[in-house]
Amino acid sequence: MSTLETAPEPALGAAEPTGLRPSQIKRAKSGKARKRPSILLWFAIAWMSIVLLGALLSLIAPGVFPHEYGKAFGDAKQKPFAAWPEFLGTDGLGRSHLTRLAFGARVSMIVALVSVVVGVVIGGLLGLVAAYFRGVTEMIIDLFSDALLAFPPLILLLALSSVYEPSQTSITAGLAVLTIPGFTRLTKASAIAQSNREYVTVAKAMGAGPGRIIFKELLPNTFPAVMSYSVIVMAVLIVAEGSLSFLGLSIPPPMPSWGGMINAAKDDLSLYPSQVFVPCGVLFLTVFSLNVIGDRLRAKFDVRDTKL
Amino acid sequence: MAEPKTTGSPTPDEPLLRATDLRVHLDTPRGLLKAVDGVSFSIERGETLGLVGESGSGKSMLVRSLMGICPSIADIHGSVRLDGRELVGVPRKEARTIWGNRIAMVFQDPMTSLNPVLRIDRQLTESMRLHLGMGKKEAGERAIELLTLVGIPEPVKRARQYPHQLSGGMRQRVTIAMALACDPDVLIADEATTALDVTVQRQILDLLQEIQAERGMGMILVSHDLGVVAGRTDQIAVMYAGRMVEHSPTADLFAHRRHRYTEALLGAVPRLDVPRDQRPRAIPGAPPDLVTLKSGCAFAARCTAADDLCREERPELGDELGAHRFACHHPVGEDVAAVEGVESGQPSLMKEATA
Repeated sequence: MSTLETAPEPALGAAEPTGLRPSQIKRAKSGKARKRPSILLWFAIAWMSIVLLGALLSLIAPGVFPHEYGKAFGDAKQKPFAAWPEFLGTDGLGRSHLTRLAFGARVSMIVALVSVVVGVVIGGLLGLVAAYFRGVTEMIIDLFSDALLAFPPLILLLALSSVYEPSQTSITAGLAVLTIPGFTRLTKASAIAQSNREYVTVAKAMGAGPGRIIFKELLPNTFPAVMSYSVIVMAVLIVAEGSLSFLGLSIPPPMPSWGGMINAAKDDLSLYPSQVFVPCGVLFLTVFSLNVIGDRLRAKFDVRDTKL
Repeated sequence: MAEPKTTGSPTPDEPLLRATDLRVHLDTPRGLLKAVDGVSFSIERGETLGLVGESGSGKSMLVRSLMGICPSIADIHGSVRLDGRELVGVPRKEARTIWGNRIAMVFQDPMTSLNPVLRIDRQLTESMRLHLGMGKKEAGERAIELLTLVGIPEPVKRARQYPHQLSGGMRQRVTIAMALACDPDVLIADEATTALDVTVQRQILDLLQEIQAERGMGMILVSHDLGVVAGRTDQIAVMYAGRMVEHSPTADLFAHRRHRYTEALLGAVPRLDVPRDQRPRAIPGAPPDLVTLKSGCAFAARCTAADDLCREERPELGDELGAHRFACHHPVGEDVAAVEGVESGQPSLMKEATA
């Protein structure tokens, strides 16, 4: 018991020395944020364009891919760069990796985008209402989001998958519910900070009612924070969807998803590492790019200048 | 709560704005804070009231209570009548048709009183479309007129810009334009020039005065600077610790100031045209804590003429609006010699300031 209790302490202590001079660290951090090489950002944007293009093509024009995602066309487990245009090789059943990754992108993007949009709309609205009215309203909304936060996310998703037939809709709904409390808190905090500023008082003095103040004064000013956060949440959701697919609880088989592809190939990891590393690499690059973009947005909108 | 006192007999023609025994009490965790405690005044059309006092004297809270933007813990009593129409205790929904429409306010800091993410024209047209029911186009045209009126060059271009693209003086002009949008009867300027540099300060004050004269509005000019209100007001009220301590027509106040606090305030104004030995004198001490305030004159602890009477009994201001009212047991110009015996040295300084 006692070892359990004392265990975190050395870790905390180890983190301490770097925190000795907070001012220096702060300076170093902000300096880094400003002078981050922009090539990384360009790479991230380029990669996300490729992913979005793949997702879009598989959604509206699946015919452009030389092979279907569900049908075998040649040797199984071809190595990448062995043939053109199937430069990503084939999976264990001889299906095109390229096509399957594009369709996987479609699943990931739809799930992540729709969940985030639902989360932003519902969570944001709750946050704004809580921030404007405070008091009992805020208490009830806080209670609601605290309850959602306290609920273990994986259990909720597992429960959803086992109760309903796993489908794109059920996964999206489950993930959307999980993103709501985060957005509620973020918008609330941001809107409270804004509502203490003079222009809100000015609006009140001009006879503006609650609706006007919430939507015309507070909403546009919370937008930057919500925007950068939602990009980062998208990355988290893509990983979450991947984990669910890996557990076999997401989209049912013929339809590919990145996590599902990793799951299918994991047994051949020692013999055919490329089978796993290709979808892993795609997942990694996507999440990484989203984080870079989200971080960049945050740095851009993170205005400490009182003049704005 | 005490019944609002009616001052004098009800006249058939009510003044434009009349506050009677206005009290704003804040229910703070430390206790009841009487931010404004029994203030009465009246303003006619085209008349300007100067409200002067130190930080925390309740002047801002007083004007904010007129605009319904007090903190939620504030409890407002008394009576405020605009053209005979009662404002205190009116439901918020109804009062919203008055705020911004018939009473408007210019705020202290133009840097924060504009919404950073909305264009100037959006902010200007907002209240016109709300109160006057104007269409988008009509309101937009009027916004340009208003910007021209407040002296903004290239109003069409400026209207499409964001607040951060404007200088401080410009922004304050915009907030004045916003306040004027619905042609209010009463304009309140809450330290409207404090955040600006002195040359711009003067321009803004001149602009306010000009517009007021043109439109015959009533105006309340809040400031901690007696110099700002001196030449631009018809009456001046000096506030201290939530109460008016002296209230009189402007000329009379400067010629025959009676309250010791007014005297000390004037002594603290820096002037360039006097010898070095007559440099501004700071008022010793700090304003009292409004929660723990006891009976007696609130200024007694810092006053050079205070005696036991001042510490025990609070002097009353008098009820007659329009006359020179002051709440002091030992007004300036009376029995200074008698006080001199009580506290040595200091009173002679005060006498010097009077001379």
